[in-house]
Amino acid sequence: MTASTLRVPKRRRAKPAVIVGGAARAVGILLVVFLFLVPLVWMLLASLKTNLEVVDPTKLFNFTPTINNYVTVLQEQQFLPYILNSFIVATGATAIALLLGLPAAYAIARYKITNATAFVLLARVIPGVSLLIPWYYIFSSIGLVGTYGVLILTHIFVTMPLIVAIMTSFFEGLPGELEEAAQIDGASKIAAFVRIVLPLSVPGIATATILSFIFSWNNFLFALVLSNQNTRTLPVAISNFTSYASVDWGGLMAASVIITVPVMLIALFSQKYVVSGLTAGATKG
Amino acid sequence: MSRVSGATSAPPRFTPRKGFSEWFDRNLKWIFTTPAVLFVALLIAFPIGYTVYLSLTNAQGSVTRPSDFVGLDNYVYWLTDTERFWPAVGRTAYFTLMALGLELVFGLAIAMLLRKTFRGQGFVRVLILLPLVATPVAVGMMWLLIFEPSIGFANTVMGWLNLPDQGWLSDKDQALNTVIFIDVWQWTPMIVLIALAGLSTLSDEPDEAARVDGANAWQRFRHITLPLLIPTLGAAAILRAIDALKTFDILYATKGRGGGSSHEVETLNILAYGESFEYSQYGSASALLMLFFMLIVIVLATLAILRKKGTRV
Repeated sequence: MTASTLRVPKRRRAKPAVIVGGAARAVGILLVVFLFLVPLVWMLLASLKTNLEVVDPTKLFNFTPTINNYVTVLQEQQFLPYILNSFIVATGATAIALLLGLPAAYAIARYKITNATAFVLLARVIPGVSLLIPWYYIFSSIGLVGTYGVLILTHIFVTMPLIVAIMTSFFEGLPGELEEAAQIDGASKIAAFVRIVLPLSVPGIATATILSFIFSWNNFLFALVLSNQNTRTLPVAISNFTSYASVDWGGLMAASVIITVPVMLIALFSQKYVVSGLTAGATKG
Repeated sequence: MSRVSGATSAPPRFTPRKGFSEWFDRNLKWIFTTPAVLFVALLIAFPIGYTVYLSLTNAQGSVTRPSDFVGLDNYVYWLTDTERFWPAVGRTAYFTLMALGLELVFGLAIAMLLRKTFRGQGFVRVLILLPLVATPVAVGMMWLLIFEPSIGFANTVMGWLNLPDQGWLSDKDQALNTVIFIDVWQWTPMIVLIALAGLSTLSDEPDEAARVDGANAWQRFRHITLPLLIPTLGAAAILRAIDALKTFDILYATKGRGGGSSHEVETLNILAYGESFEYSQYGSASALLMLFFMLIVIVLATLAILRKKGTRV
């Protein structure tokens, strides 16, 4: 009785502290929003300015938006083929990696092949440049440098470990009873995999596909060495912007918006999947 | 006997291929994994072996040019090179330690801020996802403009705060810290997401018990939430450390070849790239990459041991 009467005023006294804490938290959250949003907004604004307005700090927000930079990038710099190249490579690398990675992940999960985890980690640990030297040697001696095939092949190196990692943990969480029931009904294991497991795994496959596409789309190093004028992907095309004597800032920002907007839209519309895929590796251990 | 009954109970279309299908089922483990393993072996294991071989030769120039076996000369060359190699090792270590440390601290702090529900939580969570998925090269370009000394937004903000203008990326003493800032901007959200996922699996009970016992918010965080979150943060730290060591895109996008005119952001990865694809010194570049690879393995082993110790205590 005395204890409870004592506690009541205590709680009342704590209230102002809670309010201060709440205000501090609100300020903190606003600061976080500001820090992550402003650079992106800045990029977008600069892409809508003329080059005279970009270099004028007084024209922060008071300017008339123009889409001229985008027209320049798409027409004069001919970015459309680069967009297509990036799309072809990311789609191809994702499709083949799914084809190879889904069965492998399933086998790893069902037969508990533990070495496979180490093997996936190995693919993450190796510096890309150390693979590029032998790749460059081999592919240039058989005349394949600059083809879509080589770009897709090398991007699978980025996409497949990701798909195997995400799908292994997904399959592990899937109860095995359904496949067993299907097998008792006479279906082979592979039929059970194709007709029962895969349809049930759509959320996991969606996660793996989205992340794989994003990672391939963003990859810079492999295409920097292995693409040519015709197969150049977007990140390589953008990096060439700064090699000119004077930088066309408006155009550069328009190109940056063009390359980031597709992946950001994907992330916005499939937020749940992207988050679960990005955190898959860490929360399991 | 049982075979006959098994055949009749199964759907008819499975029966004709029973022999094959049985063989397939029995070996599913290998049939499913072999293509992926073969692919990795061809695309990773073989190239690694080839890199080891090249590191012992003086391969350079055109890929068709014959090369001679030079033993460990390339390794000796790098390990005694105090002009490019050791500074690059130092920058790689500094970049990784600073970026990883800041990302862990800020990531954890932001995760604690966003943990409880508030209005606009969905918006903030989407927002912090954007830097993560943004193309690193484009992120580099974006910050290149923001940090431009005469026209960039960074110095405009410095002006608002009555602070002197800075050279940022163009100042050779500030460039490395500025690219660390960019890395922290892009990858802190990764730690936030992982920490939030870890926090969501924690039960409220220990925290509530401590609150009843009169522990304040900091004490509860320090002695209850943080220890419970350590395994998750450890895994996140390993993932980030691997990627931070190998950072290439933002360095190359903002400073170009050789990490800038006085190599101010030249890490081992940038140095190895330049050695191979700008100077075509494939032999010595391979040796450099082997050294780099060993460094990564040492760092990983250290982190893994630290993590094991941490979970045992």
